Amino acid sequence: MGERLRRMLVKEFLQVFRDPRMRLMIVLMPLIQVLVFGYAVSTDVRDVPTAVVDFDRTPASRELLARFAGSGYFRFVAQTRDVAAVRRLVDRGEAEAVLRIDGGFGEDIKGGRTARLQVIVDGTDSNTAGIVLDYAGRIAGAYSDRVFLDRLARLRGPVPQPGGVVLVPRAWFNENLESRNYYVPGVIAMIVMLITLMLTSMAVVREKEIGTIEQILVSPITPVEFILGKTIPFALIGYADVFLVAGIGVFWFDVPIRGSILLLLFATALYLMTTLGIGLLISTVSRTQQQAMMTVFFVYLPAVLLSGFMFPVANMPPAVQLLTYANPLRHFLVVVRGIFLAGAGAATLWPQMAALLLIGAATLAVAARRFRKTLA
Amino acid sequence: MNLARVAAVARKEFLHVRRDPRSLGMAIAIPMLLLLLFGYALTLDVDKVPLAVWDQSRTPESRDLVARFAGSRYFDVRLRAEGYPDIERAIASREVIGALVVPRDFAARIATGLEAPVQFFVDGSDSNTATFALGYAETVARSWSREVVVRQAGLSGAGRPAEPLEVRPRVWFNEDLESKNYIVPGLIAVIMMVIAALLTSLTVAREWEQGTMEQLIATPVRPSEIVAGKLVPYFVLGMLDVFIAVAMGELLFRVPLRGSVALLFLLSAVFLVGALSMGMLISIMARSQLLATQLAMVLTFLPSFLLSGFMYAIANMPAPIRAASHVIPARYFVSILKGIYLKGVGLPVLAGEAALLSAFGAAVVLLATRKLRKTLG
Repeated sequence: MGERLRRMLVKEFLQVFRDPRMRLMIVLMPLIQVLVFGYAVSTDVRDVPTAVVDFDRTPASRELLARFAGSGYFRFVAQTRDVAAVRRLVDRGEAEAVLRIDGGFGEDIKGGRTARLQVIVDGTDSNTAGIVLDYAGRIAGAYSDRVFLDRLARLRGPVPQPGGVVLVPRAWFNENLESRNYYVPGVIAMIVMLITLMLTSMAVVREKEIGTIEQILVSPITPVEFILGKTIPFALIGYADVFLVAGIGVFWFDVPIRGSILLLLFATALYLMTTLGIGLLISTVSRTQQQAMMTVFFVYLPAVLLSGFMFPVANMPPAVQLLTYANPLRHFLVVVRGIFLAGAGAATLWPQMAALLLIGAATLAVAARRFRKTLA
Repeated sequence: MNLARVAAVARKEFLHVRRDPRSLGMAIAIPMLLLLLFGYALTLDVDKVPLAVWDQSRTPESRDLVARFAGSRYFDVRLRAEGYPDIERAIASREVIGALVVPRDFAARIATGLEAPVQFFVDGSDSNTATFALGYAETVARSWSREVVVRQAGLSGAGRPAEPLEVRPRVWFNEDLESKNYIVPGLIAVIMMVIAALLTSLTVAREWEQGTMEQLIATPVRPSEIVAGKLVPYFVLGMLDVFIAVAMGELLFRVPLRGSVALLFLLSAVFLVGALSMGMLISIMARSQLLATQLAMVLTFLPSFLLSGFMYAIANMPAPIRAASHVIPARYFVSILKGIYLKGVGLPVLAGEAALLSAFGAAVVLLATRKLRKTLG
């Protein structure tokens, strides 16, 4: 068995690496993904282009606006009293927020009444809009607090200290709340799945499409050797991608890795069982490379979207949440993020690893059975 | 260009598509799956933050503060902790996302008018959710402090000064801030890119791999006719997907479509020609189906998914990537889609984007034809 398997492996490696462009792609795909997620994908909101409509123009309105301008969250792109012009700015996307202060604002503040600030946001991106409203509420709240204490002081004499509760916030695992610390480790899980699914399923189906599978059938290669030959090379490529993405994450993006690297490699092996198993399964149900490719997409897209990579699982409807337990990407993502950010060990992560083992064993077993049928 | 020959190539390609019902089914099922997932299951909206509370003070004051958190619409108190280990375990297992710790001397400090610090821990690994949780906590703490200050000044009831400032938030274009309203329109662009990546990127590469390209070369059909003929069936399929997406948005998700439907379909057609030709160009250059699919992933699908403003706002990206996003056609199409759907704007506002898309489509069709001519020669 050893000799035949070795030859089979040599053939597979030759096939993948023969084309220099293919060699490039195996490096380029993870590289591009990790760079995009490290640099571009960010839910942090800063410098929101803001139009200001101040009909009041009193010291009070200017003080409030100065607080917005000085916060770093709002960048004033237009100051106008032409409401139609503001509408055009928002239509064209040149302004995403509008601060509007009507006449009488300063009078109300001075006279002890409630003044009004209108904050208009462009809701076409609802996440950004929610964050912008939150920032605006905090800035207005701080201003309101100051004026309120002035009013108290006027009624009761100077208040010695503001008093009350002060929140001391601390973020665990990702102190500066940087999106990239969340996304970059996740890219490892995503890219390994994509690469191994694609390479495994298409490698088998290509033999069917070109007709070389018949030659393999008449050769003394056993189904087990065939399966190993079609998975080991891609498992190794998967491992190479883990090192590549983790290396870039740690050394280039300064993503912390607080847990054990050995544990990461072990969990990767469990995860590879599941992705290779699914890849083989896809190859048994596909006749052409196009079919294989589309089936890979049909599996991969929901796997990514329902993994918690971008969208928190906790926000999904309960029935869908149950479904995500069958998704190996979901479990591996918990493992990867746990190892990188929380420094978690096997004691915390064993349920996820057990789930991976279970899914992996099941898919491999089904794939092997189906293979025997088609090959024998 | 001879129309009869274009029709012949198109007919052959139609047969290819029809003979493979599973690929055809997937070309329709994948867009529907994406729409269903994004419409029903996926949201970045943070509703109620699961919270752990450790009240070391155990006084009426601290209970009042905790009750404020529990009663607010932002938090759901899931755990009464008895120490830091409890909190660490709950956050590590994601049972809770935030934790409020009230120190022992809380009530004493409040009574003497001192600032009373309370700790608020949040799981920062998901920075988006963490940002929302911190903002919510600050809002609750501020309003509670206000009450304490008023009470200490002895000014409750009628003597209490008016609240100085009221913020009136208004959200234009998407009043309820529903993420599906901004996701579903942008999804149309992504779906078209998927179709291009999955279908056209393989058509020419397959002919090369199976050796039928030589037969095609031996016929009098010209490169421009091959490109045009191969585009026709996938164009029909792509427009069918657009139609399904628009119909599902309208009937199932009730996403407001405020602009012109005719303009929506017209500009979709323009974008589709560009996207399909891009897939074709990749196919002509790659010559192998595996390589073509990988290239299509990297060149069409990923950028249109991540750098088009479909989900992640381009304005939040660093300057070099913002600049790079200008060469991604999906960027213009996503802003067209959101403009037509949510803002109800027409061609006068979208003229620039529409012109760029047309230029992109024409350029890629020409490039694909030229490349095919060279490889044929």
